[in-house]
Amino acid sequence: MKKIYPNAAAALDGLLHDGMFIAAGGFGLCGIPELLLSAIKDAGTKNLTFASNNAGVDDFGIGILLQTRQVKKMISSYVGENAEFMRQYLSGELELEFNPQGTLAERMRAGGCGIPGFYTKTGVGTVIADGKEHKDFNGETYIMEEGIFADLAIVKAWKADETGNLIFRKTARNFNPPAAMCGKVCVVEVEEIVPTGSLDPDHIHLPGIYVHRIIQGDHEKRIEQRTVRTA
Amino acid sequence: MWDRNQMAARAALELEDGTYVNLGIGIPTLVSNYIPEGVEVTLQSENGMLGMGPFPIAGEEDADLINAGKQTITELPQTAYFDSAQSFGMIRGGKIAMAILGAMEVAENGDLANWMIPGKLVKGMGGAMDLVAGVGRVVVVMDHTSKHGDSKLLKACTLPLTGQAVVDRIITNLGVLDVVEGGLKIVECAEGVTEAELRVATEATIV
Repeated sequence: MKKIYPNAAAALDGLLHDGMFIAAGGFGLCGIPELLLSAIKDAGTKNLTFASNNAGVDDFGIGILLQTRQVKKMISSYVGENAEFMRQYLSGELELEFNPQGTLAERMRAGGCGIPGFYTKTGVGTVIADGKEHKDFNGETYIMEEGIFADLAIVKAWKADETGNLIFRKTARNFNPPAAMCGKVCVVEVEEIVPTGSLDPDHIHLPGIYVHRIIQGDHEKRIEQRTVRTA
Repeated sequence: MWDRNQMAARAALELEDGTYVNLGIGIPTLVSNYIPEGVEVTLQSENGMLGMGPFPIAGEEDADLINAGKQTITELPQTAYFDSAQSFGMIRGGKIAMAILGAMEVAENGDLANWMIPGKLVKGMGGAMDLVAGVGRVVVVMDHTSKHGDSKLLKACTLPLTGQAVVDRIITNLGVLDVVEGGLKIVECAEGVTEAELRVATEATIV
């Protein structure tokens, strides 16, 4: 069992194809798989569908793949910080499927758990419910949402051991575990790979069973809204 | 008439000791500045945190520690982190007692519109639809009227909905109203605002 790869390009070798469906972790620019996104840009893979809460900014995150027109469709809850995204969307070059944030997270989690559909109250009576199955439980109406089964998951964690057990850091965890779970193959980038046995088994956030390939690298970890208080 | 900070201070009176609360972006964020003495609430940030602390002092920003508005924040002794699926599990599961949110329009039956204006740039609903569908109580903080003086408290929303019959209480610059059977009920008027003025500024049925 060898999961460690020398770099992002090597870790993605053989996994990328045009038209594929990728689930990506991250919230805003926090905890995004920046090295893997950069490697996908370099690979030039086209017509990609991304399930990702956000679309990055113009020059970071998924934004870099929008600049190169590698993205066909986004499944996201909020795309407000990306001017190039808006330009492509308004000109009809890019498809967009809005999912409520919790519905998107649960669609990933469910897909990873082998659950093809689930019912939620979120979005009942809104445009999100259009065309979806409605069903009443205990006098309340719910809509059915489908699990996400992605060809590939790309995620960012803080630390991995050599078997792929992962630990995330603070709010950089966000969509990474559910995204990791819903990919047929999951590639993880971490800040540090530590020897197997050095992580406390009680403190693993995502067990290595979900992780197929790991790389370690330097991360820019850009801050989107630097906000401070006067001391 | 209340200003933004007075509206936030009034909204803070809705907070109940010992509860878990989610504050939206804008005026709702200011609510945390006015938490009454003796009231302890734990703030949830839906990107995966309970126990959200204040903004950091300069030099202590952490790229791995942000709120749902993507601003840098800090943690507290009681902070817990979790992933987005669990975060919305606790929202959808009714574990969050209250959400305080902004709004563009509220209807007299509690319908809420706060995520898109057709023909204008649509940025997305983020977690708003999940929050209003899942939390125990939804308090909206908003201006009572538009810049042109049109009521934003309507008989029926004109904008696409965020949630259907989800709002419990509305706090505006003119006063506080509850959504009740048959329409809105005036709870209190802002300083210097008469009940007659509040009625004139409101399109929704007042019962």
